Amino acid sequence: MKVLLRNPKRELEVEGPVRVHALLARLELHRESVLVIVGDTLVPGDAVLEDTDAVEIRPVISGGVA
Amino acid sequence: MKCTVCKGPAVIDVRRHNANFCQEHFLRLCRDQVARAIKDFGMLSPSDRALVAVSGGKDSLAVWDILLELGYQADGLYLGLGIGDYSDASGEMARGFAAERDLRLREVDLPADHGFDIPSGAKAARRVPCSACGLSKRHLFDEAARSGGYDVVVTGHNLDDEAAVLFGNVLHWQADYLGRQLPVLPARDGFPRKVKPLVRLGEREMAAYCVLRGIDYIVEECPMAAANKHLGYKEALNAIEATSPGTKHDFYFGFLARASDRFIADAEAEQEHLRACATCGAPTTGEVCAFCRLVVRATAVPVELGRRA
Repeated sequence: MKVLLRNPKRELEVEGPVRVHALLARLELHRESVLVIVGDTLVPGDAVLEDTDAVEIRPVISGGVA
Repeated sequence: MKCTVCKGPAVIDVRRHNANFCQEHFLRLCRDQVARAIKDFGMLSPSDRALVAVSGGKDSLAVWDILLELGYQADGLYLGLGIGDYSDASGEMARGFAAERDLRLREVDLPADHGFDIPSGAKAARRVPCSACGLSKRHLFDEAARSGGYDVVVTGHNLDDEAAVLFGNVLHWQADYLGRQLPVLPARDGFPRKVKPLVRLGEREMAAYCVLRGIDYIVEECPMAAANKHLGYKEALNAIEATSPGTKHDFYFGFLARASDRFIADAEAEQEHLRACATCGAPTTGEVCAFCRLVVRATAVPVELGRRA
């Protein structure tokens, strides 16, 4: 799946299926400092991301990095 | 993960409340928290004309949206700060939000209206960019509220912002700042009332609110703000919050309940002897207000070294 990260904007290719919290752990991101978005909605930490999903990991802390 | 309220599928967890929410109940939580802040602190009445300080970011667009949802009258004010592509993109977000909802967005452009932008103006005036920016914003929001006949200026400061500012003010014992760090500053001496209806909501909640409401906001950070002190304070507090959810809320609301009144005299002493700025008429403690002094320094023609008059 394609995973979009911000600040700076960049894209990663990650193999699915993978749970949201596992993906965040793999990327060393704290779940409180980001939102995970698939399509136009939020997905919780226990959701499974599939290979076909377009995922955005969006920082929520002003000035934060994700 | 199930919604704590309805047991349907949840889209977000809020550890501070030890609860999960579906879209419907999360949006309701946000509106309820804003309504509670407005009521608890006497921020707004239904007849008030409010001016929302809109940056194009998540917090200002969310607070504008929530106030309208709650039935308040609110126009927006966008300040063009001349920070390159960042200002262009943030202005587009603010204009897009207003146009889609047929709202009134006032605009002030710092380079066009006052002759300088934040990057070059701060450099010329030898100020940190965030300091020149904050000073300009406060002055221009006040001025726009006075000239537009608004009762109150609304800002999108959230719980994370307030806790981080409080942390910095306590670390350095800025007594006068502590005395002014309140969710409501009443109107006085030519300053409009200022309110912060998002103080019961965190930064992550505001970003989630925008995603779930379909609000486009500028995700990229201001290039001037990278590695500023405020961000460091947020990171320090978030490290504590990670192992002790609710700490930021307790810190900020504990201060308001138990300590803030001890600093009011310090803030009032600072505000004594206000008079009209000789240049623009805004209230100030000096002869010329800080913004007009910044304009003079930021727009001064640089002296070329070595050239004789």
